[in-house]
Amino acid sequence: MSRFIRQLCATLALGLCALPALAQLSLLNVSYDVARDFYKDYNPLFQKHWKALSGESVELKQSHAGSSKQVRAVADGLEADVVTMNQASDVDFLAEKGLVAKDYARRFPNNASPYTSTMVFIVRKDNPKAIRDWPDLVKPGVQVILPHPKNTGNGRYTYLAAWGFALRQPGGNERTAQEFVARLLQNAPLFAAGGRDATTTFMQRRIGDVLVSFESEAELIAREFGKGEFTVVYPSLSILTEFPVAIVNPVVDKKGTRKLAQAYLEYLWSPAGQENAAQNYLRPRSPEILKKYAEQFPPVRTFTVDEVFGGWNKAFPAHFKDGGSFDQIYQKK
Amino acid sequence: MRPLFGPGRLLPGFRLSLGCAVLYLSLIVLLPLSGLVFKASQLSLAAFWDIASGERALASYRVTFGASLLAASINAVFGLIVAWVLVRYSFPGKRVIDALVDLPFALPTAVAGITLATLYAGNGWIGRYLEPLGLKIAFAPPGIVVALTFIGLPFVVRTLQPVIEDIEPEVEEAAASLGASRLQTFVRVLWPALLPALLTGFTLAFSRSIGEYGSVIFIAGNMPLISEITPLLIISKLEQYDVVGATALAVVMLLISFVMLFVVNGLQWWAATRHGTGAADGAPR
Repeated sequence: MSRFIRQLCATLALGLCALPALAQLSLLNVSYDVARDFYKDYNPLFQKHWKALSGESVELKQSHAGSSKQVRAVADGLEADVVTMNQASDVDFLAEKGLVAKDYARRFPNNASPYTSTMVFIVRKDNPKAIRDWPDLVKPGVQVILPHPKNTGNGRYTYLAAWGFALRQPGGNERTAQEFVARLLQNAPLFAAGGRDATTTFMQRRIGDVLVSFESEAELIAREFGKGEFTVVYPSLSILTEFPVAIVNPVVDKKGTRKLAQAYLEYLWSPAGQENAAQNYLRPRSPEILKKYAEQFPPVRTFTVDEVFGGWNKAFPAHFKDGGSFDQIYQKK
Repeated sequence: MRPLFGPGRLLPGFRLSLGCAVLYLSLIVLLPLSGLVFKASQLSLAAFWDIASGERALASYRVTFGASLLAASINAVFGLIVAWVLVRYSFPGKRVIDALVDLPFALPTAVAGITLATLYAGNGWIGRYLEPLGLKIAFAPPGIVVALTFIGLPFVVRTLQPVIEDIEPEVEEAAASLGASRLQTFVRVLWPALLPALLTGFTLAFSRSIGEYGSVIFIAGNMPLISEITPLLIISKLEQYDVVGATALAVVMLLISFVMLFVVNGLQWWAATRHGTGAADGAPR
């Protein structure tokens, strides 16, 4: 009996040793929820590129879910070669855990964010409530739809966009900004569970006068509900949303995929990668590609989280941790 | 009193099956729960109390437990009727209705939440008639009750069905022939037999509702202090990577649930002994 077990163990061990040699070169990209379409288009582009470069074919695996859920899974041992997120705070968490480089934002150009987006207003057809800018959102009788400002990336960007706008007004300071945001939140009849839920609530259930969402989301709404059903309004000032990417060091070292992972992320900045971003209604970093798609991306004045809030690692605790500015708004009542 | 171990038991396999049962329960239930308590014990008592008794946390307990209690009560009443109809009468389409009862078990809760929110929203099939009457269901606390009622229904019906099947119609006939009125038959004969199972079903539905997250967040509106459920606060802590804080809230929920389940089980025991039907009606506890 024990001999049998020993033999079994030996066979298993041998088999395990042989596995990596047999396995095809593969890469797991752990990403946020709505990046699904982007990477579905991007991965074949990269596979072709890599084949031409090295002659190897590579298997690309994707995982999509809420970004902080994804990051927790990676921290708990999900073997992601690269992470592509929608908020620096999520990658910061991995940096803290020593899974990605502390200076990940400088390992790639443009703050390691290959494309950007911005928060825009989506209003009902022909804009019946004449919503033009942020102050219109705090007017009495205007209902604003946004995802949960504390629990969702989308909602946090909306919150910071409004805060930054108020801060940059004449006489603006932290106190006036908080008051402004508090008034805006008072106009929210509900906090949606996520970005897509907010869209459904606004478009399908017809609740609210204005939906605050990513510019890229507006195009998806057009595909789903028809272009004539709504109007996109660009506020005078909004937030630049960045989507940082990073290599997960222990995983690529273990799997020996560092070169592949580096190439996979670098290729996001190539003309083909940038063009793919534009086609998915994400603002490309490349000025040439941006110009080519200028019709789709009207110029908009933006600020970054770094400029106004000193980075996500300051903005997050100040506003979204327990006891932060969001919680304070609801404690005053 | 028979000895716990050693010879003297009539049925074989006691030790093996008890060993299996204990191991299984330890792995599936006790281990994760003790991990939870262990994680929460990293907090000082003061910090734990701060998290557990915050204004938002207290409001969320009220919403979660209040809505769960209400939903379980609604299900107790209507679940009893549904179970009664399904067992006692035969009518065309009975099998279909019987199968429908299980649907909330099978449907992903997020799907249920989104569907209910769409139905009860101001322009939904149901919401459009209720909202002009001033009844706001979706994106308000009543929406939570609706979602939890949906989730809890099968627990009551499925617990009651076998018990009702066991009550033979002859018992009612006998009561009638002995001169009992319809009300007396129900109160004196049927109710005592039904009560323990009804309480079990109520408890199951109630416990299921307390932990429910997926369906509720899509219909609740999630406004702090008004329609925020405790599981949402737990998720919110996890979003801040505050795992320890999340476990603190989870432990509070666990404690409250435990006390409530304990009380309900006590009630059940009381009902069973008082009416002397505990052994015969096949109530699980």
